[in-house]
Amino acid sequence: MKLIEALALAVSGLNANRLRSALTVLGILIGVAAVILLVAVGNGTSVQIQNQIQGLGSNIVYIYPSNAKVGGVSQGFGSGQTLTQADVDALNDKTQAPDIVTAIPVSQTAGIMVYQNQNWFAQTSGSTQDFAEVRNYDVSAGAMFTDSDVRSSAKVVVVGQTVVDNLFGGDPNAALDKTIKIQRQPFRVVGVFASKGSQGLGNQDNIAIVPITAAWSYLQGGRGKNISQIVIQAPGPDTVKAAQDEATQVLLNQHKIGDPSLADFTTQSQQDILNSATQITGILTAVLGAIAGISLVVGGIGIMNIMLVTVTERTREIGIRKAIGARRSDILLQFLIESMFLSAFGGILGIVVGTGVSDWLATAKIGNGQFPPPVVSIPSVLLAFGVSVGIGLFFGIYPANRAAGLHPIEALRYE
Amino acid sequence: MTGQAPGARQAYAMIELEDITKVYRMGSVAVHALKGVTLRVGTGEFVAIMGASGSGKTTLMNIIGCLDLPTTGRYILDGVDVRRLNDNQLAAIRNLKIGFVFQSFNLIPRSTAVHNVEMPLIYAGVNSNRRQLAMAALEAVGLGDRAKHQPTELSGGQQQRCAIARALVTEPAILLADEPTGNLDSESSAEIMKLLVQLNSEGRTIVLITHENDIARFAKRIVRLRDGLVISDAQQQRAEASA
Repeated sequence: MKLIEALALAVSGLNANRLRSALTVLGILIGVAAVILLVAVGNGTSVQIQNQIQGLGSNIVYIYPSNAKVGGVSQGFGSGQTLTQADVDALNDKTQAPDIVTAIPVSQTAGIMVYQNQNWFAQTSGSTQDFAEVRNYDVSAGAMFTDSDVRSSAKVVVVGQTVVDNLFGGDPNAALDKTIKIQRQPFRVVGVFASKGSQGLGNQDNIAIVPITAAWSYLQGGRGKNISQIVIQAPGPDTVKAAQDEATQVLLNQHKIGDPSLADFTTQSQQDILNSATQITGILTAVLGAIAGISLVVGGIGIMNIMLVTVTERTREIGIRKAIGARRSDILLQFLIESMFLSAFGGILGIVVGTGVSDWLATAKIGNGQFPPPVVSIPSVLLAFGVSVGIGLFFGIYPANRAAGLHPIEALRYE
Repeated sequence: MTGQAPGARQAYAMIELEDITKVYRMGSVAVHALKGVTLRVGTGEFVAIMGASGSGKTTLMNIIGCLDLPTTGRYILDGVDVRRLNDNQLAAIRNLKIGFVFQSFNLIPRSTAVHNVEMPLIYAGVNSNRRQLAMAALEAVGLGDRAKHQPTELSGGQQQRCAIARALVTEPAILLADEPTGNLDSESSAEIMKLLVQLNSEGRTIVLITHENDIARFAKRIVRLRDGLVISDAQQQRAEASA
């Protein structure tokens, strides 16, 4: 029997029970659509996180002091105070580190700030005038503080948009030249960073940057010239690794450490951060896909159920077909094609619905853009379709085999 | 088709049954449905197999129709030893050498008459002129104008004629009719028997299973079964088709 005959036979069989066929198709449709949609949401999350990490600045490497140890007990991440201004100067020395464009020190501090009767908490750090460029911030009003501000420990601050939103009602120009109090010390706002657009966890707009000298003098209560991280920038993506290696070598020399495994600092490039984030979002996507996959399996069981009912209902027809010369394989093929047709049809509709809903979610900006816009991945579409057809085959084999194995006499006698 | 002259019909045996037995297992009890049946049916014969229920005539028909295999004994159909065949070969034999006509018509529901008639050709792998062959078979039983109707839209007599067309479309060696008029009124019954007689006179070998004397009298030979054995086998003067 030709395949086209078998297909025509299958379609007429399914057509005879339209509602039942439609409901079975619906089961697969939902399964496939769920897989595509949830994988797309996972991908969307991944893309959003990647964008956020890239928004930290381009081609940069972070250097942190190692954890301080007191009596062999680690005091926690970043608790060491092994980085110094001399390290920063050495990293900025082109003869020692030709692949480092700029190295900036960052000194994190408490950021309780008050303006008139408003108060707010922002990530407040001391740094140099190069902070904006290295960390990829644009200035939307005023200007970044200058080299001379750093040298003179000027009490000036550049704030992020979230700070402006909360202390000045959102208008960057309204914030300029106003004096806010950070830890009761007056700082004059000289500039506002343009929004990077990210919200929620890891909001990069909720920051305030002061000259590092001012932070040391006024905000850290005698902790000395603490540097909590050094950020270095490489000229391009290809030289990040070289810059990272040079920084390691320079700091090992600075700290007079011969064995790199004993280094009292750690370096982490954007790529390192990206890799671990990608790993996490990859797991997230896989988990979401697996959960959706369950519904696909349930849909497959629905197909099996319906095919078993169909085979029972059509026992007599199977007997007739066998009596007039249908072979075992003809009957097997007929019912297998029916079940695969159901699942493939459901799969195609599922792709349409899954990608449709994904696209709609991406444009609808649910939760004011908080919800990551889903990104449909082509492999997940192909996989979901392939799996749905495979499910039709897998769950169709048992009922089809049962039909094919019927004895013609028994089948003909069936009422 | 063997092309035998009518006068020489005993010369070539279409069906040769030799000492056929059939034992069924019903739980722990063995039921001896056939206890040694020997029967020869030649080309162009019209044999009625008669017997009360339980006489083994249905079992015999299943074996002749290659729907079932005998427990012991030899069955040669049109020169082929059936006991040596596997499932697929038996399906091919049913497809090409045997045309079934059932008491309950057994047409495939929701398929048109012509599609029902086409079905054996589909399984035979005939592709090119299938529709024409099916239409020719329908026209041969006088159903050409009902080709596009579904079984439910046909009368009982028409359904049975459609089933006969389906049985004939592959030009089988024998036509095996199991109580073909059992579900029909007397007028339709006469119509069907007339058709069978006509087909026989055109050279078809027909084996008819029935328990009705009225129907059996259309045959040229009557074989009676009782308790799984042949108790009589006689030629008879055929009744007039118009009767």
